[in-house]
Amino acid sequence: MVAAKQQIIQQLQKDILRLQGIRTFDNGSRQTFGLGDVEQAFPGGVIPTGTVHEFLCFEAEHKAATGGFISGLLSTLMHNNGVCIWVSSSRMLFPMGLSIFNIAPHHVIFIDVKREKDILWATEEALKCDGLAAVVTELKEMSFTQSRRLQLAVEQSKVTGFILRNDPLKLTTSACAARWQITSLPSELEGDMPGVGFPRWNVELLKVRNGNPGAWQVEWRGGKFTAIAQQATSEEIHTYTRKAG
Amino acid sequence: MAQRFVVIWFHHLLTDWLILKKPGMREVPFIFTAAEHNRIIVIAANQEAESQGIFKGIFAADAKAIVPDLQVFDHKPGRDASLLKTMAEWCIRFSPIVAVDRDNHSLIFDITGCAHLLGSEEAYMNKIANSLHFKGFRIRAAMADTIGAAWAVAHFGKNGTIVPSDEQANALLQLPANALRLQPDNLERLIKLGLKTIGSFIKMPRSVLRRRFGDDILLRIGQAIGFEEEVLQPVKVISPYEERLPCLEPICTASGIEIAIEMLLAKICRRLENEGKGLRIAILTCYRVDGNQQQVQIGTNTPSNNVAHLLKLFTLKIDSIEPALGIELFILEAPKVENINPSQEVFWGETTGLEDPQVAELLDRIAGKFGAGHIRRYLPQQHYWPERSVKSTTSIKEQPAIAWSVAKPRPTQLLPYPQRIEVAAPIPDYPPINFRYKDKVHHIRRSDGPERIEREWWMDKGEHRDYYVVEDEAGCRYWLFRLGHYSADQTHQWFIHGFFA
Repeated sequence: MVAAKQQIIQQLQKDILRLQGIRTFDNGSRQTFGLGDVEQAFPGGVIPTGTVHEFLCFEAEHKAATGGFISGLLSTLMHNNGVCIWVSSSRMLFPMGLSIFNIAPHHVIFIDVKREKDILWATEEALKCDGLAAVVTELKEMSFTQSRRLQLAVEQSKVTGFILRNDPLKLTTSACAARWQITSLPSELEGDMPGVGFPRWNVELLKVRNGNPGAWQVEWRGGKFTAIAQQATSEEIHTYTRKAG
Repeated sequence: MAQRFVVIWFHHLLTDWLILKKPGMREVPFIFTAAEHNRIIVIAANQEAESQGIFKGIFAADAKAIVPDLQVFDHKPGRDASLLKTMAEWCIRFSPIVAVDRDNHSLIFDITGCAHLLGSEEAYMNKIANSLHFKGFRIRAAMADTIGAAWAVAHFGKNGTIVPSDEQANALLQLPANALRLQPDNLERLIKLGLKTIGSFIKMPRSVLRRRFGDDILLRIGQAIGFEEEVLQPVKVISPYEERLPCLEPICTASGIEIAIEMLLAKICRRLENEGKGLRIAILTCYRVDGNQQQVQIGTNTPSNNVAHLLKLFTLKIDSIEPALGIELFILEAPKVENINPSQEVFWGETTGLEDPQVAELLDRIAGKFGAGHIRRYLPQQHYWPERSVKSTTSIKEQPAIAWSVAKPRPTQLLPYPQRIEVAAPIPDYPPINFRYKDKVHHIRRSDGPERIEREWWMDKGEHRDYYVVEDEAGCRYWLFRLGHYSADQTHQWFIHGFFA
């Protein structure tokens, strides 16, 4: 009797997740990004694709780190000749820099428009197009309604959206599946060798829908993510971002 | 450049056309007849009939008396005109300006600047004559500096004559008076006075000619010699993909315009689909009641005949159409059409790529709203200089000619222009210890470099750059460079150029 109830509850949880746009992979064909512990923070242990993720990055250095981390995610999403659209008003992304993340830079289409309104329009149109692997958007401000619109667009098309928000003063609630913050960490080389090591980031999950926020350290090494021994804790999450999320 | 003209006279236009249609008629005498003033007269006779004494203008009854087994066909009014127009459109391959002289079954080409394309004027004439002869039409052609002279020589001179530049007056002297395209009563008067050739009256004083024959003769002489301007009415080739939608009631609402566009698109797309083609550019012209014209244009990245998609592109533009009192006629034309590669429908939507039509359609929509200049893709270029190492392309089909280089680390973010920074560097060719950027001092903990990138001296002047990858205490990674060689007697310029992930 208890077992039957348990099963009903599990089934209901699964249904709720599905209704919220999170796909679970029961048939073993799970798509993994190789992020290890970070993925465990998400419901079902899978980073949901076909939904919108939000990244906070306020400084140029953080933008570069976030760009690198997203490129790492994109390399999995675009593995099969996929096409990605990058919408921005003040883009600095250097296509040559994408090569080390296993992305063919000519498969990324940049849309450079000036007005925030146009960025949102282009993002929504792109998210509706199921021929794309992912859409990355850099913007300042997004209202809750707009984030809902984007979420509704991806629920049909199953395209993954990454929203980079770069204005700390305009941080409002949004309907995204997760809110990330990526910051650079000093690289380490074995045996104290000279030179700069592999890119290393502190990956903070400030908000995860139906999951557990936390912070992890990740390195990009040999064309894939590698987890570094846990040091940081969730206490490091800035209080202001938590309130807003 | 002196103007040059060619006049081609189809002296057996109708009969040649019939022989083309029915090759068996070549040996049979036949005529075309039409009623004129209650009598039936011969409009055209073929060569076989002419050799037996039948000519244009005699009565059909007489002709039938001369040749008992004569075949008679009714002439359909306007047939020669439409035939000439078709020939004129075909002849646009020889010259962009082709005009029709309907009454005389002639075509007039303005060939200024065309003849050298085939080598010489002789070759050009031969090409025209051979092409038309190959199609089955007998012609007489002539070339001259003026339309009048070319017309006169084509109709009354030797076939294929090329009148040299500025020689048209001499060429005309021996020709009969009716080579000047005069009005019939003037012509009659000239013949009555015994002035049978042009040479017999062309040198008379202008006042004498005007008094006897009026201004007409002076105009024609002037046109033939080149004193007077003669305006051509060239045939315009209609766009092969064009649809028209006249409206009973003027349309002045956005939804009305949308319905009109949809109807036109449906028609044009059905035709394109049957021919396996898709349009790249479509132009909608709206003719307003007040005579104004409104035009909008769309373009697509790949040939498309998808009505829904094209309609979406047009709906983005409807706002820019001002209907005012209403639009009474819509014309949609597709000036640029390309073949569509028939695509196999995929069962599994997993394969995505630049060839995906949905991506192309998305980009069309975005280009339709913001303009194609806002969409960029990058391809590698064979330059080490960072600003030149990628080139922007607007096409989504273009593939990289060379592989992307991954040999040297490149930043994920590149500043549009390198920015000056202040650094403290210990000894030559060592990376800096710290640097100040945007009022913040960064202490460098780790570094790599230098990587020297030489300037391409054939493109611009300046010094080389020595790039360092540095990491500060917070773990942020930067791309810095020093401009030029290290020397003791000058301060060195350091720049920041990018951020690594």
